[in-house]
Amino acid sequence: MAARVTSRSVPGGLAVAASEPRSSLWRETGRRFVRHRLAVVGSVVLLAMVIAVLVGPLVWRQPINEIDFKAKLKGPTWSHPLGTDDLGQDILARMLYGGRISLAVGIVAMLIAISIGTAIGATSGYVGGTLDHTLMRLTDMFLSLPGLPLLLLIVYLFRDALRKALGPEVGVFILIVAVIGGLRWMPVARLVRAQFLSLREKEFVESARSLGAPPLRQVVRHILPNSMGPVIVAGTIDVAAAIIAESTLSFLGLGFPPDIPTWGRILYDAKDNLDFAPHWAIFPGTAIFLAVLSINYIGDGLRDALDPRKVLGK
Amino acid sequence: MSKYLLRRTLISIPVLIGISAVLFTILALAPGDPFEELATNPNVPAEVRMNLRAKFGLDDPLPLRYARWVVSMMRGDWGFSFVSRVNVDTLILQRLPATLIVLGSAQLLAVLIAIPIGTYSALRPYSFFDQAATTLAFIGFSLPTFFTGLLFILLFSIHLDWLPFIYRADISATGWRWYWEHVRQAIMPVAVLGLFQAASMTRFMRAAVLDVIRLEYVNTARAKGLSEGVTLVKHVVRNALIPVVTLVALQIPTIFGGAIVTEQIFRVPGIGSLLIASILANDTPVVMAVTFIFSCLVVASNLAADLLYGWLDPRISYR
Amino acid sequence: MDERELKTLLDEVKSGRLSRRRFVQTMIGLGLTAPMAAHILASAGVAQAQTKWTFNPTKRGGGGLVKTLWWQAPTLLNPHFANGTKDQDASRIFYEPLASYDPDGNLVPVLAAEVPSPQNGGVSKDGLSVTWRLKKNVTWHDGKPFTADDVVFNWEYVNDPGTAAVTIGQYRDIAKIDKLDSHTVKLSFKTPTPFWSAAFCGPTGMIIPKHLFQPFKGDKSREAPTNLKPVGTGPYRFVDFKPGDIVRGELHPTYHVANRPFFDQIEMKGGGDAPSAARAVLQTGEFDYAWNMQVEDEILRRWEQGGKGRADIVSGGNIEHIQLNNTDPWTEVDGERSSIKTKHPTLSDPAVRQALNVLVDRGSIQEEIYGRTGIATANFVNAPARYVSKNTKWEFNVDKANQILDAAGWKRGADGIRAKDGKKLKFVYQTSINAPRQKTQQIVKQACTKAGIDVELKSVTANVFFSSDPANLDTFPHFSTDLQMFTTTMTQPDPQRFMDQFVSWEVASKENKWAGRNPTRWRNEEYDRTWKAAEAEMDPVKRAAHFIKMNDLLIQNIVVIPVVFRPRVAAVSNRMRDVVQSGWDGDFWALAYWSKQA
Repeated sequence: MAARVTSRSVPGGLAVAASEPRSSLWRETGRRFVRHRLAVVGSVVLLAMVIAVLVGPLVWRQPINEIDFKAKLKGPTWSHPLGTDDLGQDILARMLYGGRISLAVGIVAMLIAISIGTAIGATSGYVGGTLDHTLMRLTDMFLSLPGLPLLLLIVYLFRDALRKALGPEVGVFILIVAVIGGLRWMPVARLVRAQFLSLREKEFVESARSLGAPPLRQVVRHILPNSMGPVIVAGTIDVAAAIIAESTLSFLGLGFPPDIPTWGRILYDAKDNLDFAPHWAIFPGTAIFLAVLSINYIGDGLRDALDPRKVLGK
Repeated sequence: MSKYLLRRTLISIPVLIGISAVLFTILALAPGDPFEELATNPNVPAEVRMNLRAKFGLDDPLPLRYARWVVSMMRGDWGFSFVSRVNVDTLILQRLPATLIVLGSAQLLAVLIAIPIGTYSALRPYSFFDQAATTLAFIGFSLPTFFTGLLFILLFSIHLDWLPFIYRADISATGWRWYWEHVRQAIMPVAVLGLFQAASMTRFMRAAVLDVIRLEYVNTARAKGLSEGVTLVKHVVRNALIPVVTLVALQIPTIFGGAIVTEQIFRVPGIGSLLIASILANDTPVVMAVTFIFSCLVVASNLAADLLYGWLDPRISYR
Repeated sequence: MDERELKTLLDEVKSGRLSRRRFVQTMIGLGLTAPMAAHILASAGVAQAQTKWTFNPTKRGGGGLVKTLWWQAPTLLNPHFANGTKDQDASRIFYEPLASYDPDGNLVPVLAAEVPSPQNGGVSKDGLSVTWRLKKNVTWHDGKPFTADDVVFNWEYVNDPGTAAVTIGQYRDIAKIDKLDSHTVKLSFKTPTPFWSAAFCGPTGMIIPKHLFQPFKGDKSREAPTNLKPVGTGPYRFVDFKPGDIVRGELHPTYHVANRPFFDQIEMKGGGDAPSAARAVLQTGEFDYAWNMQVEDEILRRWEQGGKGRADIVSGGNIEHIQLNNTDPWTEVDGERSSIKTKHPTLSDPAVRQALNVLVDRGSIQEEIYGRTGIATANFVNAPARYVSKNTKWEFNVDKANQILDAAGWKRGADGIRAKDGKKLKFVYQTSINAPRQKTQQIVKQACTKAGIDVELKSVTANVFFSSDPANLDTFPHFSTDLQMFTTTMTQPDPQRFMDQFVSWEVASKENKWAGRNPTRWRNEEYDRTWKAAEAEMDPVKRAAHFIKMNDLLIQNIVVIPVVFRPRVAAVSNRMRDVVQSGWDGDFWALAYWSKQA
């Protein structure tokens, strides 16, 4: 490979950046982030969604489970802005209520998956040797676990204990994010490790190493930012997957009780009525899409902001 | 390198034995038994179920059952399905062709879409093309396959009446018609699955290329006067392929593991539908066999990925 | 209605003053099943009406391919190993019983020359034996003749414990079978047996050939190649089978019914889900027939408007009901929840049961969820809603529930939940995961909330809920909650086995590894006595009265709250003719007579 350290040497630049006070580094990062227009739009949309699900149920006071057969499967009207489902329940109220769970599950599960995956992948890729080997074989094992029986086993073993210890809602929530996050970190670990294998041999890392940067600093300041691309993508995909997976879990009796309308569940319930009540599916589908899209742009913005050699959005 | 390969292969054996023990324990401890329908049928006396449980060895202690499984596995005996009472290997072999055709094509489709689109997006980040590709990709993985599958059926089977939505492994037609029928019925499952995979893979490809394209050696290559095309292929794509190889290595076993939802929707008689039916029926020998083959493939393809890293970037050393 | 009145009615039927159908309807109104009523008529010597076919061809075949769809895929083709109806149905393409049950529950001879009756001497007066005369000139698909030896062999095959046949329940009451001649067999029972058609009739009565299965009786049963490549006597012979996917057959050129069947090939594709199976018949017409449409009626109706197909609905005895726990699920005694040594803290109060009974809005559940596929009912033993028994009735009345609870001293607390002596009316209500069930749960919960009863919903995945795993608390026989809901299927047209799920010796407990059939753990001496009396009663009229009494005991004591009874629903192409379903037999009971317009 023809690459060689050129006159525009990065180690020097980094050394300068690193010697600056920390606060100005963060300010610089913030400035870059704000200049990334899509990232700002993404943050605004996500913030709006979070506010909506937190405050919405207090403002829009329709009950989520009031059954009204006279009003079933109605399209959007003034009394039901997003229409009703087949029991005549108000979809807006249900989406606002269920959105809390869906967003929380999606984001927390994603953070769990990304943290475990990055930690294991980075350790494995940087340290190498026996530790790498052990961790990767552990990853292989997790990759080959059969999802459904494992989930059933987990419910069977832990549901009642957790419910007793933490109450039904918190217990189920912890169980769900742990299960989703705990079973989705493996691709992240493999991706981060692969990036590390390649990056740790690259010139700028070698330079940092030869300049005496301690290992942790090499990893955090030099390698990690350059391997964030796939991690951010994996993170955004995990949010979508976790929101959908939560609805799958409730079909196994592992998720929230059947009368709690999370977005994934509304989407699933709507599917057989898609021909004649499309509104029922469109709104939760759009909500998931928007949440994931904005999280992705935030991720892109963060990456570009953290990376000195950023590519800016116009 | 061949020494490395040999060592890794040898290490794989205890690893696989460990995995198989974990799998077996999970399946054995997971709740449920294969006699659901018999339990609700008032005409089947309880003794019949008890007798069947005993006959299939479900009441024996776990270590004994595992030992029995390992011993017969060594002899090449995969056991028989509790539900159909057919040998497990026969069942799996029957499902293999449909799985390979549909899932193989879908993976190929995903790679063929993702690599060019992802690369092009990264070369012109935030251009109109990139934005359009991004939006489509996000719609792609925000919607679960049960939903896109249904949309396809509604559009192409019900409204337009172009494509059949029930997959049939044996088509009685011959000659060109046979091929045509097969292609027609495979279009929707391949498209649903392929596009879903392509959506995320495009994003990974774009991110990987973006990471690489900003590294110095790419500028060096340009500075050396290499043409843009050569730079792109030899330096950018090649390095960006490392995450893609990782991803493909993660995906290949799933070709065997099956695409459960897509297979269910289009009734593709693949391994995924065999697996889900067996899991729902608690047909442990089949689930065990399928998941064990799956873990062998996981171990093998991750090994292949590790070897490929070295080829893509010779500075990655084997330790 | 007492015995004397019934006798009068029977005389009226005999003399022609009352129609057969009218009589059957009256009986159903009393809580009897149609087949029971038919049984009464048959034993009183009233001739049976035959199903009429609209299409009567003059030659076999010419119909091309018929495509059928089962959303649960068949996994094996030996009727004695059938895990469920899907396997019985797949086997029925190739195998046949001695007689089938038509929609009215009458026996229709298939491999038998005629149906035994007291009049033709086939059924003995003491109920200890029945003699079957077999149809002659029936050949197996491989050309060998079908004889009495095959019938005797099937009984031996099933009764061998090593075979592990699931049909053993139907055959174990037979003491011996004598071959009287090459085409006559005499079944002798251990005790007087009023319902003598359990063996060799209907979905569990299919007969397999002795000459191919003889070497595989007992422990080697699994190795028989014919388990996967059946050789039967049916209208179609075997072509191909992929377990869990597809079964194919072709016309049997020497089928024993003249000019049948109509189709040259048959295909039974399995897998997927019920709604898309319905679409394939009703919307695209890709398939001709689809089994068991567990799809909401409203959706079926919309799809039917396309004019390609229709939902075909036929009554059976399946009942969706809510069970009330008689024991305490929240106290563990000797390592067992819901132990028979405990009493339920709140459900033991009859007032609470009465209140719950009027809080289940069966009308809305039928109208809004099940439609034609689930009819509101007050009875546990059922038939079409038009003929619901006059002894029992259901109502939905939140005010009444409130009054009952007020009167019984259950006072509302600050949280709106009623309590008495420090015990709150809080129930956990479980069922299996299935969309209509989750909606029913929500409807019941809403009404209960209005009456000051707190209900927590729980749903368990079906393969756990219905399993017989002794270690899992979430199965329905463990019943570790206060209320539970599911459908009990009535697979044979005689309620004796169906009603044993409330007898005291069947209580599910740790001792019998929860294999007992009585999950409610209700015990009642009068019920036990009546059940035993019915088991040995040879007079069909008295026996009918016993079953009505058992049903009424269940309803009066609110042991269960029946919700809807579930007719069988299939999707059938509008071009298909003579696809007559029977609620008492498999979907393919009359497959030989199916045909299709060009």
